[in-house]
Amino acid sequence: MSEIKKDDSNVALPTAEQRPSRREFLVQGSKAAAGVGIAALLGNLGNWALSYAADKEPIKIGVLHSLSGTMAISEVSLRDTVLMAVDEINAKGGVMGRQVKPVVVDPASNWDLFAEKAKQLLLEDKVAVVFGCWTSVSRKSVLPVFEKNNGLLFYPVQYEGEECSRNVFYTGAAPNQQAVPAVEYLMSKEGGGYKKFYLLGTDYVYPRTTNKILRAMLLAKKVHEANIMEEYTPFHHQDYQTIVGKIKKFAAGGGATVISTINGDSNVPFYKEFANQGLRAEDAPIMAFSVAEDELRGMDTSALVGHLAAWNYYQSVDTPQNKKFVADFKAYCKKNNLPDGEKRVTDDPIEAAYFGVHVWKQAVEKAGKTDVDAVRKAVYSQKFLAPGGEIMMDAANHHTYRPVLIGEILKDGQFKVVSRSKGLVKPEPWSEYTNPDKGCDWISHQGTYQKK
Amino acid sequence: MTCRTVDVTRLSCSGAIVIVKPFCLCALLLGCFLCLITVQAQAADSKALSLSPLEQALTQITSEDEAVREAGLRTITEQGDSSLIPRLDEIRASADRSIRLAIKPVMDLLKNRAKLESPEADVRRSAATDLGTSGKSVAISWLDQAAAKEANKWVRYTMEESAALLKLAGVDQAAKRTAIEKLGDLASQNAVPALQELVTTGKAAEATETQQALAQSANASIERIETWAAWSNAIETIFRGISLSSILLIMSVGLAIVFGLMGVINMAHGELMMVGAYATFITQELFRAFVPQNFFDYYFAVAMPMAFLVAAGCGLVLEATVIRFLYGRPLETMLATWGISLVLMQAARVYFGDLTAVAAPAWLSGGVQVMVGVFLPNNRLFIIALSAVCVLAIYAILFRSNLGLRVRAVMQNRNMSACLGIPTRKVDAYTFAFGSGLAGIAGWALTLIGNVEPGLGQNYIVDSFMVVVTGGVGKLAGTIVASLGIGGLNKLLEPSMGAVYGKVCILVLVILFLQWRPSGLFAIKGRQADT
Repeated sequence: MSEIKKDDSNVALPTAEQRPSRREFLVQGSKAAAGVGIAALLGNLGNWALSYAADKEPIKIGVLHSLSGTMAISEVSLRDTVLMAVDEINAKGGVMGRQVKPVVVDPASNWDLFAEKAKQLLLEDKVAVVFGCWTSVSRKSVLPVFEKNNGLLFYPVQYEGEECSRNVFYTGAAPNQQAVPAVEYLMSKEGGGYKKFYLLGTDYVYPRTTNKILRAMLLAKKVHEANIMEEYTPFHHQDYQTIVGKIKKFAAGGGATVISTINGDSNVPFYKEFANQGLRAEDAPIMAFSVAEDELRGMDTSALVGHLAAWNYYQSVDTPQNKKFVADFKAYCKKNNLPDGEKRVTDDPIEAAYFGVHVWKQAVEKAGKTDVDAVRKAVYSQKFLAPGGEIMMDAANHHTYRPVLIGEILKDGQFKVVSRSKGLVKPEPWSEYTNPDKGCDWISHQGTYQKK
Repeated sequence: MTCRTVDVTRLSCSGAIVIVKPFCLCALLLGCFLCLITVQAQAADSKALSLSPLEQALTQITSEDEAVREAGLRTITEQGDSSLIPRLDEIRASADRSIRLAIKPVMDLLKNRAKLESPEADVRRSAATDLGTSGKSVAISWLDQAAAKEANKWVRYTMEESAALLKLAGVDQAAKRTAIEKLGDLASQNAVPALQELVTTGKAAEATETQQALAQSANASIERIETWAAWSNAIETIFRGISLSSILLIMSVGLAIVFGLMGVINMAHGELMMVGAYATFITQELFRAFVPQNFFDYYFAVAMPMAFLVAAGCGLVLEATVIRFLYGRPLETMLATWGISLVLMQAARVYFGDLTAVAAPAWLSGGVQVMVGVFLPNNRLFIIALSAVCVLAIYAILFRSNLGLRVRAVMQNRNMSACLGIPTRKVDAYTFAFGSGLAGIAGWALTLIGNVEPGLGQNYIVDSFMVVVTGGVGKLAGTIVASLGIGGLNKLLEPSMGAVYGKVCILVLVILFLQWRPSGLFAIKGRQADT
């Protein structure tokens, strides 16, 4: 084939003596171009035919995490995790003998760009599956793209629930696997028997919905309306003086706790102000749903020690596979010269992103093909020995059975587990407190349905 | 000597075994129930005559029978001290969950009792608070004793408050009455829920006469507490307003010089703050690496000139390479500096990553209590003082020094100044560097409040521009008044409207104000205002 190409290009080259007219030049030029084109086409075709015959064409998967902008702080770690899981799978011979080839795109923390990049992954790159998104806004913006083009998304972050998409698998926690048990723990004798709850969050969909569920739950548990406070701050809020002052008044007399859904860079000013105004973790512990090891890395944790968080996994979970996972992750970051190298830590979304890739692999192998509908059915009830212990995909609602762990923040930015659920908790995307009549089922119903 | 000692122990050991044997036989014959008693007897025997009620209690608390356990715990709380904690810990480690849960409060009680004697005031105070919320009336006498010899006013206050709270929760009616009075005297906000409860029980139809009397005095106490709270709340709000104002002021003084005096719209001003913050961070890391631990806290003092110089240096480079060519062309300056701000931000992100923080030195963490219910954080007090010092320094430099005279001359009439032999280009460069250095100092101070991150400048730049524009471009006094006004108003609105709507409201007010007075609070009068 290369010979043809050579011949063609020889013809195309005019010698200096010939001095072709413009017309001739154009004709010859177009001939040459056509020749090259045909040659390239033939080459491609041959290549394709060759790979088709051996069926060793790599399986393409998409990675849709922000690598720049405000969310890069959290999402870059998830990209690293997915790539590490892919490396692991490829090293062991790939999926059904085919290598996995990740296509990484950067939606740059821009919600519109998320939808655009998702479309590109599904339609141009024709990936078999996408691992991605962090914020609820980004997920909501790609949702229609995945549903319209019948794509498959693995979403690895805890979220506010109230969603039941045919094209998304949620490997992070639903509200009943994080927020609700965390508050139940605080109300229990063991957790301190707290009676007053200050719900504080950043002003966007996740805190608002979570607090709606928590308020309904607290009212159902006979907590008096006056003992629940709800407050929101703008993104990047820095001045927490007034709010901490309010908390101090609210906490007077004891029995009060703060449920924090504060996001990102507002956390440090908040915890600092909390400590500086003389409040202690013993007076009013802060239970946070958005503070994990990766956010604490590099933070000055002295003001956070003794406060609580609720997740489904911590780096400190003591299982042999977790020790290996943490060591592997650090080694991977070091080997690939990622920022902070060995000092990197694992946390809940990282674990969820990691086992998401493996669950998908198992499902593809079970289905015997990468076709979205077949894989989707194969994911149901799939089990995997994740770093934090065995997890199981739900049989019908696209969410994941996971354990619930309450952790106390330590000086080194790690967590000490103070309470652990008995076994795995069944995921409920529709909270029993706010939507008791709704359910999510893709086997016997078409997604969200009305319970009788 | 050693030999003999060994012999003796051996002897006593074998003796013990001889004694144990018949007992065990007995136990086997008599069955399970008796066996339990025998084991206890054995334990008692082997510890010979030294058996105190405390030792007995320690064995009691592992009992299956709840009543026995309770009795043991009671003995320990009444007679025990902190020396028992290691032994309790041992028991806790091997016991099952229900016993662990039962032992925990007792251990906490003992620990806190020991902490009441701690040399550190903070520890004593937090122990007193914990005892107050524990609800255990045994602690009253401990607190009273500790309060009697306590020298620190606020620790004593907490001890008295906790003791009164415990008395209030107790059963003794006379003590209750004095406690209600005492809590009223102390203006204790912590007592309000308990007092409220007394009031409601007193109001109930089946209330006895004593209950009604208690309710009455409780009501009076609540009123006193609430009046006090209203006052302290007002003071705290004022303080918060001043604190926010000082932060706004320190952010915008640099901008007031660069934008106000020179007329350069520097969109990278926020990033110069970020540079100052990162200079602080680097100083901290250097101290961590090269300076002994004892001197670590001094890093913060060293970081201030560092932050100023690094930011001023950045300003100089920026002026020499970009802004110099764009004087008098505000639109281009804006675009160019906007681009530079993005470059700086991304550079910080690439080099430092997203997560860095500065640990505030010990003398700037925590706070001081000035009166009941008013607690002023040290870092905020520090920033208030700093902004005052900055304003004074700027005033001195601009209006009392030769350099300042030249700066003002160049700003007012460049050509005339040049004629008089003032190197106007140099003055421009120095002024810009000075403004940038002030931004660096703002960044240094802001590490006390928030984190150090690439987006730091973005969080503040809008507020800074708002302050400078509202105050009136070109007037330092305007900047001061505007930051006081905006900060104060914000804190006044926030408690009732919430942070989100408070901010919205402020922005709307600023827009309306600028509609009314487009040149800000303090407009420059005279010819320059027209140009």
